[in-house]
Amino acid sequence: MIKVENLGVTFNKGTMLENRALHGVNLSIAAGDFVTVIGSNGAGKSTFLNLLAGELIPGTGCIAIDGIDVTYWPVYRRATMLARMFQDPRAGICEEMSIIENIAIAAARTSPRGFGFAITRQVREQATERLAMLQLGLEKRLHDRVALLSGGQRQALALIMATLGTTKVLLLDEHTAALDPAAAELVLNLTGEIVKKFGITTVMVTHSMRQALELGSRTIMLHHGQIILDIAGEQRASMTIEQLVQMFRRKEGAEISDDQLLLA
Amino acid sequence: MSLYAFIGALETGLAFALVALGAYLTFRVLDFPDLTVEGSFPLGAAVCAKLMVSGVDPWTATLVASLVGCVAGFATAFLNLKLRILHILAGILTAIALYSINLRIMDRPNIGLINMPTVYTPFENLGIPSLYAPVVLLTIIVVIAKILIDLFLATGFGLAMRAVGANARMARANGIRDGRMIVVGLAIANGITALSGALFAQMLGAADVSMGIGVIVVALAGVIGGTALMPSRLIPMLTLACILGSILYRLALALALSTNAIGLTASDVNVVTAVLVAIALWLPVRNAAFSRQPK
Repeated sequence: MIKVENLGVTFNKGTMLENRALHGVNLSIAAGDFVTVIGSNGAGKSTFLNLLAGELIPGTGCIAIDGIDVTYWPVYRRATMLARMFQDPRAGICEEMSIIENIAIAAARTSPRGFGFAITRQVREQATERLAMLQLGLEKRLHDRVALLSGGQRQALALIMATLGTTKVLLLDEHTAALDPAAAELVLNLTGEIVKKFGITTVMVTHSMRQALELGSRTIMLHHGQIILDIAGEQRASMTIEQLVQMFRRKEGAEISDDQLLLA
Repeated sequence: MSLYAFIGALETGLAFALVALGAYLTFRVLDFPDLTVEGSFPLGAAVCAKLMVSGVDPWTATLVASLVGCVAGFATAFLNLKLRILHILAGILTAIALYSINLRIMDRPNIGLINMPTVYTPFENLGIPSLYAPVVLLTIIVVIAKILIDLFLATGFGLAMRAVGANARMARANGIRDGRMIVVGLAIANGITALSGALFAQMLGAADVSMGIGVIVVALAGVIGGTALMPSRLIPMLTLACILGSILYRLALALALSTNAIGLTASDVNVVTAVLVAIALWLPVRNAAFSRQPK
């Protein structure tokens, strides 16, 4: 579903601040795979996700989604194939609009927007059905402003919005990091359920080693802009958080300054 | 206030309600403070007047003027999107260029339209007293424009435009071409502003190159004053608030000027407007501070 070859990007090229954020990344993700991406701060996780989403254009290499080269596609064009959730619960929704309006915006992501009414009975029915899956009662609050929702409710709504239509790829950018532990747990569980139900190919960036192992089918670790670990199947199933940290240390052969962060 | 002053305020308020609807689209929906209207309002007047004195019928002249107004919107969108010029500055650049262009169009600073058939003439011939004819026609046009804007904003395309103003990054992530929305929004807003300029010139009996000065503040007085008086989340209510705000502003101004006790004269209009707009801008801030609602 996603094929990345020799992907690289350098910030501030040719200056004192030159930073090879990502280099020589090769990765092939099969349809329906759920990949979790870990790494310390500055490892290139967000850069990698931004490249997939189209917010950054790579310096080298190419990206193909579903067999189509999208390397130079702008964000809005890629959005017809992929959806994205942000860390900031305010980033993925329009606060001043109602729940149903937000869903109508997202429902049109994979199809052209015309001059028919945005909120049709079909959109309303789909919204009610999908929101009911969350079991948060949002399906009864279709006309409430999103500004009235808590952070966890907003991310749950954003999750529904991101999985509407013919979404092929879902990108999750530490989407539970800004939530309190209970809300994070809720959103994480919902993510697992919904992704499984619709079989969407997913790439989730996380700070938490526990999340990385609990969710998904494959885990990759980035460090200094390169993939230093790629585990799946048996090897991943038997892996503990402690082992993962140990492995990280061995592979990297250097100090990890933010153990606390990784173990969280 | 005399009947003449009242009707005068009403028809001016209605003409500027169109500019207010355009300003609602740019300032509120797109979050793009567009100052192009300072140029596109007299542009509409200039194009319309020039065509009318050249023998074109007033309806066609008005329509062409509106379309030329759309082009002014395109120009500002081009400056902002392609040349990456700050939105507010892009509008100022277009407006200042339009001053010269309007002089070129008219060949002189103003064109008189007195005693020429205008879009209001058929209404006078229907038996409506000539004093009321502009009010009747302008009301019809304003109501049609309002309904069209309400319907437009309820479509998939219109909702996408609202998303661009509310959260551009989210809009892009949902497949919306934010640049295209700005182009379309500015074109509509300046088209409707030029329409207002054309109708205003025919009402006034002249097009003048300096008639655009302060138009944006007057339009904002309608948008901000109206929505401060009638806060709502529903778009049809907000567009109605813009229209009523525009009319109320003109009536309040006429009242203030007709009351000799305050000692205001016509030359004080601008400072009164500025004070009114400032108060209307401050009202929601004050209310928010009192209710302490976290944003």
